Amino acid sequence: MTAMRTRYRAITALLAAMVAVSLVVPASGQAPKKYNAPKTPWGDPDLQGVWNDATSTPLQRPANVGEKNTLSDEEAEEFQKSLAFDLSRDRRDGGNAADVNRAYNEHWMDARRLKITADRRTSLIVDPVDGRIPTLETPPPERQRVRTVRGEAATRFAAGLPADYTDMSWPVRCVVRTDVPPYLPTIYNNNFQIFQSPGYVTIAPEMIHSARIIPVDGRPHLNKNLRQWLGDTRGHWEGSTLVIETTNFKAEEGVLFQGANPATFTITERFTRVAADSINYEFTMSDPTTWSKPWTALIPWNKVDPDEQMFEYACHEDNFDIVHFLTGARLREKNGETVGQRPARAAEER
Amino acid sequence: MQLRRIMVFLGVAGVTVLLSLAVYPLFGQQRPQAGQQFPAAYRAPRLADGHPDLNGIWQALVTANWDVQDHEAQAGPHPELSGAYAAGPAGQSIIEGGEIPYKPDALAKKKTNFENRLKVDVSSDKTWHELGDPEMKCYMPGVPRATYMPFPFQIVQGTGPSILMAYEFASATRIVRMNWEQAAPTDSWMGWSRGRWEGDTLVVDVTGQREETWFDRAGDYHSDALHVVERYTPMSPYHMMYEATIEDPNVFTRPWKISFPLYRRMEKSVQLLEFKCVPFTEELLFGKFGKQAAR
Repeated sequence: MTAMRTRYRAITALLAAMVAVSLVVPASGQAPKKYNAPKTPWGDPDLQGVWNDATSTPLQRPANVGEKNTLSDEEAEEFQKSLAFDLSRDRRDGGNAADVNRAYNEHWMDARRLKITADRRTSLIVDPVDGRIPTLETPPPERQRVRTVRGEAATRFAAGLPADYTDMSWPVRCVVRTDVPPYLPTIYNNNFQIFQSPGYVTIAPEMIHSARIIPVDGRPHLNKNLRQWLGDTRGHWEGSTLVIETTNFKAEEGVLFQGANPATFTITERFTRVAADSINYEFTMSDPTTWSKPWTALIPWNKVDPDEQMFEYACHEDNFDIVHFLTGARLREKNGETVGQRPARAAEER
Repeated sequence: MQLRRIMVFLGVAGVTVLLSLAVYPLFGQQRPQAGQQFPAAYRAPRLADGHPDLNGIWQALVTANWDVQDHEAQAGPHPELSGAYAAGPAGQSIIEGGEIPYKPDALAKKKTNFENRLKVDVSSDKTWHELGDPEMKCYMPGVPRATYMPFPFQIVQGTGPSILMAYEFASATRIVRMNWEQAAPTDSWMGWSRGRWEGDTLVVDVTGQREETWFDRAGDYHSDALHVVERYTPMSPYHMMYEATIEDPNVFTRPWKISFPLYRRMEKSVQLLEFKCVPFTEELLFGKFGKQAAR
């Protein structure tokens, strides 16, 4: 909803800040136990409904859980408690500065994000087995240059001194948010509604109100010279699993996860209904110019109570933040403040 | 003399009939008249639940986005910069009876809206939405404007409890909840849509729309009491009739009705693309708050 928009930052920052722990995971596309998904009248597996992907289980396995990929019940309880403590914005134990930073508190947040996945894993990443994103490759000089420029803009923004609106990230500018694949859990609006019609599966992420209309009839992708913020997606069924491939991403820096290169990035996502109220969402990311090898994560999507509906997440229409950030920056400049003097705000504040 | 005229007439008539046969072989000799049902008593294909299948990419060809009422062709903003590029086409009113039944003071506001359609001031949260056509600011257009913007939209209809309408402009979407009874839980830009079938017609009742959307670039507007009832009726494999009754006691003296056809996009590999217009309007909205501008 509109009011929930303030101070959102790129998911990357949030996930990087999350602390966490792992297990034996089902192989790609296979349900942990056999479940016969219902079918649509035209014979496709039925994935329809409103689903939520919030969880406190971090994308990457935290160092303090060692090599453990699945936890016992007891360990899981402790893990969840510790994660929820770190994530909670309703704590009053950090002094005035922390208190102010947490004023954008739990009232606005998705409470589901304080719970670990039901399978008690210590990371959402299932491959490689260490639960960590593979090492980053050194980008070629021209990409390094673009990233540096982007990084400087991010530093100015974090210091409260953005030069203009282009110093802000695409999510802050309300161009794209959690609707860029891969779908990663964030602080709020973690809902996705899946619609199916003959020949199509459509995913409507709540944030930002876009529709990913996926042909599953075998038609080719758009021509390579027609690129989009959210790419171009085609799907097919492998047994009861929807497998989708997305290409044709726009060249703008900072749209893709960890600054992956749109020219070499590929993503495959798999949706398998493993229970009446659960979908296994898996994605495999590959970009030889960004990561040393491909990696895969599995995030459970839990069905939302039918009475709880999707709401319109209007973002740009009331994006007061842009003006506030910029007006504040001009005031700070007038007061003689510079980027070097101002420490970047804590990750928590974002 | 007289005879020759008659012979010429018959000749022309004959050619016309032949042409009609060639162009409309499926439907016999009768050329459909504009606004007429085509062909008579069309029965749309069905989905498994027995309801007409409205799936597809649709687009209006009317120019109501410039003005829902009669309008002449017009120069665009800043013709000294854009020449004929941004000029608007002429078009006929889509309103039954031709004109919007404004209350007198409401008509004055429409005129002010038009005068201020190119102005923007987002320096205050409170007066943020007061100036400028929401389209220029890349806001979700609301209903019914989304339907007749010069962009396609897609209907995603299965047999589930809701239908999705996805619009190319601003990647706006709305969920049509079938047979949903509760009122809109809150106001939103695209409103709260409740659908039902009346025979072959999809009827969508839309309430809970934000007051800031407009009907067109001419400044035609409404309040947050806007109530729109839309009717989508399949007419042929290639088009359907769109009708909407618009009610808003704060602004209009009585309900009024618009109608126009929606055409199916038939290109072989047509798909809904992105018109994410935020980057196209940021300089206009936020440019003046930047460091360079402030100097």
